[in-house]
Amino acid sequence: MLSGTELAQAQQLLALIKKKLTGPLSIMEVCGTHTTAISKYGLRPLLEPLRLLSGPGCPVCVTAAVDLDRMIALAGTGAIVATFGDLLRVPGSETSLEQAQAEGADIRIVYSPLDALAIAADNPKRPVVFLGVGFETTAPAMALAVKQARERDLSNFYLYSCLKTVVPALHALLAAPHGLDGLLLPGHVSSVIGRRAQDFVASLYGVPAAVVGFGERDILLGIAAVLRMIEEGTPGVVNAYPHVVREEGNLLAQKLLAEVFDTAAAEWRGFGMIPESGLVLKTEFASHDAALHFDLPHASVLREQDPCRCGDVLRGAISPLDCALFADRCLPLTPLGPCMVSSEGACAAYYRYDRKKGVAPA
Amino acid sequence: MKRVLLAHGDGGLYAAALIKDLFLRHFSYPELGKLKDAALLSSIDGRLAVTTDSFVVQPPFFPGGDIGKLSVCGTVNDLVAGGAQPLYLTVSFILEEGLPLEELEVIVVSLADTARSCGVEVVAGDTKVVPRGQADKLYITTTGIGRVDPRLALGAEHVRSGDAVILSGPAGDHGIAVLSCRKGVSFQTQVVSDCAPLNELIETISPYFPALRWLRDPTRGGVGATLNELAESAALDVMLEEKLLPVRPEVRAAAELLGLDPLYLPNEGKMILVVEQEAAVAVRAALREHPLGREAEIIGQVERGTGNVWLRTVLGGTRGVEMPAGLPLPRIC
Repeated sequence: MLSGTELAQAQQLLALIKKKLTGPLSIMEVCGTHTTAISKYGLRPLLEPLRLLSGPGCPVCVTAAVDLDRMIALAGTGAIVATFGDLLRVPGSETSLEQAQAEGADIRIVYSPLDALAIAADNPKRPVVFLGVGFETTAPAMALAVKQARERDLSNFYLYSCLKTVVPALHALLAAPHGLDGLLLPGHVSSVIGRRAQDFVASLYGVPAAVVGFGERDILLGIAAVLRMIEEGTPGVVNAYPHVVREEGNLLAQKLLAEVFDTAAAEWRGFGMIPESGLVLKTEFASHDAALHFDLPHASVLREQDPCRCGDVLRGAISPLDCALFADRCLPLTPLGPCMVSSEGACAAYYRYDRKKGVAPA
Repeated sequence: MKRVLLAHGDGGLYAAALIKDLFLRHFSYPELGKLKDAALLSSIDGRLAVTTDSFVVQPPFFPGGDIGKLSVCGTVNDLVAGGAQPLYLTVSFILEEGLPLEELEVIVVSLADTARSCGVEVVAGDTKVVPRGQADKLYITTTGIGRVDPRLALGAEHVRSGDAVILSGPAGDHGIAVLSCRKGVSFQTQVVSDCAPLNELIETISPYFPALRWLRDPTRGGVGATLNELAESAALDVMLEEKLLPVRPEVRAAAELLGLDPLYLPNEGKMILVVEQEAAVAVRAALREHPLGREAEIIGQVERGTGNVWLRTVLGGTRGVEMPAGLPLPRIC
């Protein structure tokens, strides 16, 4: 909770924002952690008529159904599949990892890829596949795990990389018609890639943006900065999280990523294929690459059947409250799409914090 | 070191020795010593309340308590929340083969002391032993019998828009205390469990019983889940004030670290009271007179609505407090 000084500052910022807001504007919070924080702080109703829209920055949400289908298929063959708990309930095309687990597949929840490495060491005769999702923030830990697997000669450890990078997704988002007046850029990812790497948001697409932290005051500070640029007609990419994010980012983490991963086209839920947006293991780590080692169902065999509108939510085209399935057929325990499952998912956040029971969504 | 053997559950000499040397030394109810199949209770004037609860907390010893104390507090507090004065308790143990008898004795002493401190008699008991690996040290089931206090008329149907919601102390202590000593999660904290019997605390506010509408101890699922149950059954909304919600700074910090919300952390020595608005300040003052209610606070109020719980944040925004779904906190009590 905010200290006295922070609260006073947050209240000042709020008053400033309200003064600047003369009409309805749309600002996207790219990062899922921001979506959840904004809902949890009760900021949405406070900031009306500002429209805060969720973006593609929830790694579980943008993971394609085909990737889950492949892991479910793999788990059925006797491999141990290790992954983050958030992924378990996410629906694939037909079933989920949780369902496969209940039917006997060996699926382990871990908190870090290094835990999966320990499982591999304990089960030398079985293949252990870590289903890795995440952005530049989680990717370094996976790079370390793969390097360690090689050093410790754990030949039964494999990474199935669904890792993605944020910059190509921002290009995909902004190159299409979007109707966004500004962006709040993810603080954690920016701490790795740096502020400078996102200058193109303003210089190429003319959209003002701020790199933003995760407290109430941080978020309000970012919104105030974006509104000022809108007002003055001077789009830029400002750093509103300077005590954490540097111009050039974390060079050590960037070096580690470059050492272990190449970029490749990747499938995003809601966006389809985005060139250069995925991180795949370099050739020298190929022996730990689950995508190369196992005979996995080919993408074209399976079709993405999203009954829900997660894709529209992830592109900021609609708010979760605009989806007819939301809180009706799509619920936290019986989700129809990943945005209702992940702790960073927009639908999960709106369900928890922004919904009124017994009242039909507007 | 002496340990629980499978033979201790055989109903023969070993079992008799365990009962005589351990259980009977610490429980004083005369009927218990006769080792009959059923305890005979004297007649009780008034309506009876009965409740039962199983305790599987892991680990069985945690800062501020243990499974023995917890198994009394949990059941006593359920009776209190049901508007009853707790009188009798039955206790059932499931022991894992190999449990050190010393540990069992510490737990039994703690259970007996807690029962004595709140004036409850342990009148019947049972012990079973299961092979190593088929239980985790020990599980306890307690059943409580109480006399319904005729001065109380409690229930969601009595709750009205405008009533005040009081929490008898800071939220989340038990959850953080237990998690802090969990294998794989362990972290350093000063937080101790709030585990305590609340019959005396509630008795201190007896002058205000006519103003009391609803009582509930927010254990599993915490304040958030408990108030959702209230809102739903009363078909009213509850509006909480974030700035009034008592949470210890160290609980808040640990919860943040673990990605948990103190609103959903379990408590084992707290009561939520819904009282008439006019009596709220006086009830809070009365609660604060008792050591277990020293930090009682009026945390919000009941409003017209459709069964939602809301939180007004420190910045003045309003957000929902949803029923928790699938919290990663197994075996917390």
